[in-house]
Amino acid sequence: MAELTYREAVRGALREEMLRDQRVILMGESITGYGGSYAVTKGLVEEFGPKRVMETPIAEAGIVGFAVGAAMGGLRPVAELMTVNFALLALDQIVNSAAKFHYMFGGQWSVPLVVRTVSGFGQLGPTHSQTFEGWFASVPGLKVVMPATPADAKGLLLAAIRDPDPVIFIEHSLLYSTKGQVPDDDGLEVPIGRAAVVREGDDITLVSYSRMLLQALHAAEVLEREDGVSCEVIDLRTLRPLDYPTMVRSVGRTHRLVVCGEDWRTGGFGASLLSELQDRSFDDLDAPIARVAMRDIPLPYSRRLEQVLIPGSQQIVDAVRRMS
Amino acid sequence: MSEIELVSGPDAPGGELMAGVASVLGAPAAERRRSLRQLPQGLALRLYTAMARLRAFDERAVILQRQGTIGTYPPYYGEEAVQAASVLALDDRDWLFPTYRQNAVATLRGCPPESPLLLWRGNPAGWYDVHRYRTAPICVPVATNYPHAVGAAWGSRLRGESTVALAFGGDGSTSPGDFHEACNLAAVVVAPVIFLVTNNQWAISTPVQQQTKVTRLADKATAYGIPGVRVDSFDVFACYEAVAAAAARGRAGLGPTLIEAVGYRLGPHGTADEPSLYRDPERARLWAGMEPLGRAGAAMVDAGLTTLEALEEIRESAVAEMLLAGDQLEAVPVPELEEIADRVHLSTPWTLSPDHLREPSYPRAG
Repeated sequence: MAELTYREAVRGALREEMLRDQRVILMGESITGYGGSYAVTKGLVEEFGPKRVMETPIAEAGIVGFAVGAAMGGLRPVAELMTVNFALLALDQIVNSAAKFHYMFGGQWSVPLVVRTVSGFGQLGPTHSQTFEGWFASVPGLKVVMPATPADAKGLLLAAIRDPDPVIFIEHSLLYSTKGQVPDDDGLEVPIGRAAVVREGDDITLVSYSRMLLQALHAAEVLEREDGVSCEVIDLRTLRPLDYPTMVRSVGRTHRLVVCGEDWRTGGFGASLLSELQDRSFDDLDAPIARVAMRDIPLPYSRRLEQVLIPGSQQIVDAVRRMS
Repeated sequence: MSEIELVSGPDAPGGELMAGVASVLGAPAAERRRSLRQLPQGLALRLYTAMARLRAFDERAVILQRQGTIGTYPPYYGEEAVQAASVLALDDRDWLFPTYRQNAVATLRGCPPESPLLLWRGNPAGWYDVHRYRTAPICVPVATNYPHAVGAAWGSRLRGESTVALAFGGDGSTSPGDFHEACNLAAVVVAPVIFLVTNNQWAISTPVQQQTKVTRLADKATAYGIPGVRVDSFDVFACYEAVAAAAARGRAGLGPTLIEAVGYRLGPHGTADEPSLYRDPERARLWAGMEPLGRAGAAMVDAGLTTLEALEEIRESAVAEMLLAGDQLEAVPVPELEEIADRVHLSTPWTLSPDHLREPSYPRAG
């Protein structure tokens, strides 16, 4: 084990897989000289050269479309979209090309493509602080991964690059500098589609992913200390395909569930998850499923207002207390 | 509007739009004969045969649509020269990225015509072998295939292959961002790709003048720092030369080429379209004389390369082939839901397995 930051873990996965597999190429805006807007790809162009670490024009649809063609032609492209907000420009290529070719041509032509992008906020304003994982997770043909820890970031990215289908890999800007133990084993994958029970508990299940996992863990500590409530915390890690059985098993013991997300309440990822869970676990539930989500307001630039709006551990604690 | 004005209009066959386009068949008779006689042995007949087969496929498909055997279909009547020339001017190892309008190009590389016909019947048996025929699945969202071709071309180059990729499109496809992004990206990374834009002047009912203020679409190439060439889209020999030159350029590591094949959409946009509702049928009649199969055949006979009888035989054989293909369709079993449900992903994770998703969604406790 080694202690790495989330950023180092992502970079490590890219580097290891590029060394292992000549077909892996990176492409994106400012990923060479600048090392990417979050410095994830720093140093890689020096090591692998400009053909495998490609600087591209500002053209998200072009980048993803290019990557789809390169993937269909036998490469393993990892396209970086600077933030998930810019992925909107590439939605057609992601949804109508990447997610469809395998299905529409009988599996002859798969698209082993990874789109790496970043969610997050921090005084970035309404157009640069959005979270769209729910949109991607609603599309058959895509896999959507959102790691919360350095170990998962590395293991899931390795799995994503090796996966034969298109994977949307969403990092979180506020996690890049967090640290964690990462296994030394070269090439150790974390399987796509499996959630992790990060903290065991008896009274209530908190389901979360990405940055909200840290908030849920903090809320669990507060609730244990101040209320004597024992929370089980699940990190989904993959949003599509979603590991319902792990959640159903947990709710079967705790009988209470809070779904925690950072995206907007209306149509957010948690809404679909909640609907499915109330169907699968209705008889196990002792209370309506609660949800922590962002209010339906675009995040403002003001630091104070941003802090008021962004869901965190306090909202989770409040939600649990309302249920008890 | 009088007939005189129509004939002299800038977008008429002899008008400003076609002025200066590369053309073999448009040359004076002596020059035209010389050009045709200098073609490599058998090439003219191979081009003619390819066009005749495309034509017969297209006509059969329209009939099958009218009979209800296949669904909505996008005819390409008049575009046979562009398509046949592209396939024959490239090596069979080169990649084609067709749209719906070029839905049958794989048949020129040995794909059975039943395949694309079954595509229009919504049958999985229509999934032709994309690797064998080096022909990507047809793209229906306009212009999305351009960046795919750039990526595939780049990938080939990275692996040290000398293949090029050719993406088809129409005048309307030069408006979406994907076209611009693909041309720009291809130029910057020096990808061996050919953007073959058939300017048939109509995007469904939108005339090209409302698509762009550029009169010559090839001029757009200037903005990307790549060559833009214009060619008569009804002239299979000129199209062949243009594609061959662009392919040679790509193989030599000189990057992409934009080819504008200029002409007119002789037929409707699709089988659900009626062009007389939005454009002057008289104008369409003026262009009908440019129809590429008859035009090429007449010139070949004139140059002494073949006889009318030989050409008729080629056409009849193509018609028979496509009639037979059309007759096979009904016998192919219609697909079951499981066949498509299992194909959403290549690797289906256990959480998406059919058992896991069965309705009611999950066995409840107790």
